[in-house]
Amino acid sequence: MRYELDVNGERHSVEAAADTPLLWVLRDDLGHTGTKYGCGRGLCGACSVSLGGRVVRSCQVTVAMADGAPITTIEGLSPDGSHPVQRAWVEADVPQCGYCQAGQIMSAAALLERTPQPDEAEIDAALSGNLCRCGTYARIRAAVHRAAELAAEG
Amino acid sequence: MSPLTRRDFVRTGLAMGGGLFVWVALPVGSHGGARGAAQQATGRFGVYLAIGDDGAITITIPVPEIGQGVRTSLAMLVVEELDARWEDVRVEQADAAAELGPRARAAGSQSVRAYWLPLRQAGATARALIVQAAANRWGVAVDDCRTEAGRVVAAGRSIGFGPLAAAAAALPAPASVRLKEPAAFRLIGTDVRNIDTPDIVRGRTLFGLDVRVPGMLRAVVDRAPTYGGTVRTVDDAAAMAVPGVRAVLRLPAIGEPARPSVSQGVAVVAESTWAAITGRRALVIEWNDGPHAAESTDRLHEECRTLVDSPAPTFREDGDVDAAFTSAETTVDALYHTPFLTHAPMEPMNCVVHVRDDGCEIWAPTQVPQPVWSAVAQQLDLPRDAVTLHVTRVGGGFGRRLSADFVLEALAIARQVRAPVQVVWTREDDMRNSFMRPFAWHRMRAAVDDDGRVTAWLHRQAGTSRYAFRPDEHPGDSEFRPAAWPTQLFPAYRLEYALASSVLPRGPLRAPGINSYTFAVECFIDEVAASVGRDPLAFRLDLLREDRHLVENEDDVIETARLRGVLELAAEAAQWGQPLPPGRGRGIAAAFAFGSCAAHVLEVDVRADGAVRVVRAFSAIDCGRAVNPNGVRAQVEGGLIDGLSAALHGEVTVERGRIQQSNFHDYPLLRMSEAPSIDVRIVPSDRPPTGAGEPPYPPVAPALANAIFAATGARVRTLPIRPEAVLAAIRNR
Repeated sequence: MRYELDVNGERHSVEAAADTPLLWVLRDDLGHTGTKYGCGRGLCGACSVSLGGRVVRSCQVTVAMADGAPITTIEGLSPDGSHPVQRAWVEADVPQCGYCQAGQIMSAAALLERTPQPDEAEIDAALSGNLCRCGTYARIRAAVHRAAELAAEG
Repeated sequence: MSPLTRRDFVRTGLAMGGGLFVWVALPVGSHGGARGAAQQATGRFGVYLAIGDDGAITITIPVPEIGQGVRTSLAMLVVEELDARWEDVRVEQADAAAELGPRARAAGSQSVRAYWLPLRQAGATARALIVQAAANRWGVAVDDCRTEAGRVVAAGRSIGFGPLAAAAAALPAPASVRLKEPAAFRLIGTDVRNIDTPDIVRGRTLFGLDVRVPGMLRAVVDRAPTYGGTVRTVDDAAAMAVPGVRAVLRLPAIGEPARPSVSQGVAVVAESTWAAITGRRALVIEWNDGPHAAESTDRLHEECRTLVDSPAPTFREDGDVDAAFTSAETTVDALYHTPFLTHAPMEPMNCVVHVRDDGCEIWAPTQVPQPVWSAVAQQLDLPRDAVTLHVTRVGGGFGRRLSADFVLEALAIARQVRAPVQVVWTREDDMRNSFMRPFAWHRMRAAVDDDGRVTAWLHRQAGTSRYAFRPDEHPGDSEFRPAAWPTQLFPAYRLEYALASSVLPRGPLRAPGINSYTFAVECFIDEVAASVGRDPLAFRLDLLREDRHLVENEDDVIETARLRGVLELAAEAAQWGQPLPPGRGRGIAAAFAFGSCAAHVLEVDVRADGAVRVVRAFSAIDCGRAVNPNGVRAQVEGGLIDGLSAALHGEVTVERGRIQQSNFHDYPLLRMSEAPSIDVRIVPSDRPPTGAGEPPYPPVAPALANAIFAATGARVRTLPIRPEAVLAAIRNR
């Protein structure tokens, strides 16, 4: 089947089986390798992307479901790494191995979209679907608060 | 000052593309020790440094980056002595190469420790050549020149390193260089952010799974569900009918036939990852269970519990333990268990291999490029020069990628495919084909006199040693450190190890040989302290009161003063002794590992249903001089979370020869909502740096169990600590 995907503001026409997870289309067909495979079952959050304004696990969304809706991946979060969440992540020096971080950042960005000043419980709720095996949770928490400040500063 | 006079180990010259090139190799063990000298003849490790005409500095990092921050910390060592600007530095990852030697690996928390001198010497060598070139250009004495921020300055003149690089490259390498006194450090000891973070947050960093080679195919493998199982029949008709599937291949077991590192499998090779996964699901395979289908963790529990009830082969004995127990006023007994664990790095195993007529090219997220490179060449019966091994960034190591299994399996596929092929392990593949942290039971017994002093200590461990199949080694060699604390602190002491019968594959996992051991030891010290009515911190400090050097080997000496130091620092941070509300408690534990000491105090809240929440963590580490304190704190934070994850959730079980866990729903990792705040303190030190990645891991689980005791009066002696076990312990107290 042929699908029209709107990824980071660019339209792509891709040929794929209808049940192909968006994750593999992004990674294999479109070369957006920033979105990671971690579990394939929506358990780890490494593949988180924004779809139609909501953060989703791209391993659990088929290409058919994603057809036509605006998709934002880590590569499209900002043109130059200037999104408040990205800046806060650099300031707090969050990543260790870095593999899960695109998913963490996409989940954090989605949280701040709907909750500009999240408290600890809201951060826990929004980010507990994103596993970090290296254990950067304390820095993620600090970085989310900092990103909220940076976003408020404009 | 540390003069370098090893001209043989320094090569300088013109860099490719112009500029200065410096290569430095030094003997293994240059941080001291007779063992290093013995390896001098063969063991070398190298570093490359190039300074371009434009002043750009390229440092080629020989150690794989697995999240421990080596690309930053090792580059800092070079830049410190070079007096370059950090902003001018770019790091590259070295391919496997003969001159890199055995230290080019991410293992044993060794990297900063091992490269502390050679990388500084590389920087100092380049600086000396640059300064000489400036002195020649200006007709002034070298001693009249100084360097700062990537420039040479003398008598009112100043020039960048770039314009001097070509002239420096034409000069002979200096016979000796002097390293900076620590007081002159400008970069070392300061907080430097990870050099790769800006790329990571933009999704630009490439891991193994992100490698893309023109014409590359993907492969997914269905492996025997029982360890050592074999393929009986394969019906691949449906798989071959999946659009995009190119081939279905039978794969041999990898490694020794009796104990393969990967069992037999069937590979589906396709044009895309999803086609390969879909094709694999369509395979109809009948398996032979093989010889190990009776393996189960239930049986191992029974065997090990029996083994620890009778004397086992002695690993170490000091004094007369039996006599001390016979005459003891009081004895304390306890039995502990630590389960199989798997590494579960966020990036599952994967590898790209392209076998060509004239050689082979590999892209591998490996912790050990050098031996993997050699193993591939051997498999292909080619000289190593015909094999190129690129080391990708690694999405988590934890010891899993010390094995070559996933590379050699990919090679077996690539040899049958005339194209580059990326072998992708699913999470399920990764969990079910692992090298587990050994399974263990510990019988602990202490004799205590009327003054509350320990007169004898018996530690009997039974389990699935990693060295079970090494005929020349004691099975305890992989499960203990030779002189781990509290060895040598009691009048009588015996350490025994009984080997359980199992062939399930096991391997090193963060702080191998000390993580399970420390759980038993640090919990039991707490129990002994409680049995004599002592505060667990005061009891430990008393044991360590005398300044002693407990020798493990030439490189690793446990100093009681340093262990005291981390215990005191963590306790002070945690306000040890201050009252807590009901249901809360603090626990403490410490360990020495890989040259460093680490301690944690955990504050827990235990609910009526047995659920444990770790509220706050206070950690201290003494790792010698902290080259990048920001990186050290990251490693301590990570070790703490990893330790909590294992202590609260980690357990692999086996039934009928099959690993029962498959993904993060049944092998959970700690999540954000469970993560405590973490306060990390670094002991100020002028000693050469030692490990930071592994030492914080072993004391976490015992600190947690001890905190639960402090909160509830109940002892939990089995990992992982699940609410129902806590509840049962509370009811039985």
